Amino acid sequence: MLELNSLHKSYKMGSNYLHVLKGINFKVNEGELVAIMGSSGSGKSTLLNILGMLDSADKGTYFLDKIEIKNLDETKAARYRNEFLGFVFQSFNLINYKNAVENVALPLYYRGIARKKRQSEALNFLDKVGLSNWSKHLPSELSGGQKQRVAIARALVSNPKVLLADEPTGALDSKTSNEVMSIIQKINNEGKTILVVTHEEEIAKMCKRVVKLKDGLIIEDKYIKQKLL
Amino acid sequence: MFSRDTWIEIFDTITKNKLRTFLSGFTVALGIFIFVVLFGFGNGLKNQFKEFFLDDATNVLTIFPGKTSKPFMGFKSKRQIRFENSDLLGIKENFTFFLENISPRITRYAQVTYQLESNNYRTKGVSPSEQYFEKNIVTGGRYINSKDVKNKEKYAVIGRLVVQDLFKPNENPIGKFINIDSSVFKVIGVFKDLGGDNEERVVVIPYTTRQLIEKNNNYIDQIRVSYKRELGYIGGIGFENKLKIFLKEKKYIDPTDTKGIFIRNVSKELKQNQDFSTVLQYIITFVGIGTLIAGVIGISNIMVFVVKERTKELGIRKALGATPNSVIGTILIESIFITTIFGYMGMFAGIILLNSLGSTLAENYFIKDPFINVSTAVFATIILIIFGAIAGYIPAKRASEIKPIVALRDE
Repeated sequence: MLELNSLHKSYKMGSNYLHVLKGINFKVNEGELVAIMGSSGSGKSTLLNILGMLDSADKGTYFLDKIEIKNLDETKAARYRNEFLGFVFQSFNLINYKNAVENVALPLYYRGIARKKRQSEALNFLDKVGLSNWSKHLPSELSGGQKQRVAIARALVSNPKVLLADEPTGALDSKTSNEVMSIIQKINNEGKTILVVTHEEEIAKMCKRVVKLKDGLIIEDKYIKQKLL
Repeated sequence: MFSRDTWIEIFDTITKNKLRTFLSGFTVALGIFIFVVLFGFGNGLKNQFKEFFLDDATNVLTIFPGKTSKPFMGFKSKRQIRFENSDLLGIKENFTFFLENISPRITRYAQVTYQLESNNYRTKGVSPSEQYFEKNIVTGGRYINSKDVKNKEKYAVIGRLVVQDLFKPNENPIGKFINIDSSVFKVIGVFKDLGGDNEERVVVIPYTTRQLIEKNNNYIDQIRVSYKRELGYIGGIGFENKLKIFLKEKKYIDPTDTKGIFIRNVSKELKQNQDFSTVLQYIITFVGIGTLIAGVIGISNIMVFVVKERTKELGIRKALGATPNSVIGTILIESIFITTIFGYMGMFAGIILLNSLGSTLAENYFIKDPFINVSTAVFATIILIIFGAIAGYIPAKRASEIKPIVALRDE
């Protein structure tokens, strides 16, 4: 589903180059639930950005569903993001003047799907995360956990190949964290490929595979016994 | 890009961000409103100046006699000059090249009576050319003609307000007899004049008749002449100088005497006023352009602010699959939509204000009937919309190029 070969990335910091990713080899099969761990500065965010086509690699190859991702202009990247990827962010990133169902429907708008269809699809996915009764509420009227569930519904509505979650529980307490993670596990069990960036061991244990990064290299990559919620 | 869905999305954004919409809209509306009002006031000022010359022909010289200030050829100084019929004839014979129309004028105030109604009016003893000079519009009957002058007929042409004062409503004054002081005149015509009430409370009679009443003399108060238009402004001044020399010679006045004969040249005054008017036009244009520029700067500021405020939202949209073009498109269409709606609102508010003012400011502020051409107002509004779009494009483009990851970085 997702394959990285000797991926390098460095950033220019003044006159020096900061080598962030020093050759990442990484393969994810369909239906996996992978936790990417590492301390800050390990390169995990950079890796996620490259996977999310929000940033491009200097060297190496990136295949997503057998399509090589390279030399993307902004328009193409936008299309690929819309078609292939769903994002869940630590800070939810919902549009604050749109209600839950409108937020969820937004990716479908950029795909050019008719309004009615968008609406019903979005409701469908809100129902999946257990928020069908909250569809008309603005993000400001929702709790943190509810916001993240809306964000998950939004990430899933376009039926992406991969769901990328960047510290999805970072802003939540442990109880709501578990709620969110149980939804992620549920979606994963339905067959969705999911990558979760986290620095919490607890969260990592709820995944099926843990990849540890340190100083731009993968130092550990193992399958674990998933702690099901 | 311009599908119904795009519009719903844009409309949604506009209505759900009321403060932002109001702020940018208000800037635009205010800019256009001020432009329209200022421009209208400028035009009103110009109107007021034009007003002074509206009712009279402009290629006209009025010749007044005065008192001499120098002795000449045996005559003492301080001699009162009086024009006579021969002077009229002299001008006619000697200035055929310049002359278009000529009319003497003998003005007397007189008691005018019709049956039981009576009032004091200005009567003018003139020749038929007077109609041309005053731009009198005959609404019934006819003006006096040269035959009336020749036969010293007791005919009168009366102004609209004289009719209104003396005659009953719906009574036809033509053919009726009125008394001017103690003489009986037959009304042969009625006229109106655009120069105001004063010009319509006038009774016009042949100048020869007036002379006949006054012991059959041949004196004339003033002489009015008009020169051929093709001579232009310079030709008019030449005519004025030649007339002065001719009349001074004829009336035995020292050629260097600045008194004795006075000539009022309407076109000279008009020229000065037109020059002033032109300067005024420059000022109006300058103020107008200034206001528009201020408006454009206002919109630019608002647009920068709007895009800045929406950076995160645009980052989210990009992460969800919005292309750079759709980001630019959304911002631009939105801003054009707002500027158009509010721009036209401001424009119409300005036009309505101008219309409601009418001539209420004429008395104290010299602003009469302020107006703006609708095409000028629309043009200014379109300019503002276009520049608003350009001003919005730059930050929109920058926003569209921002990496979503930068835009989404935690606040």
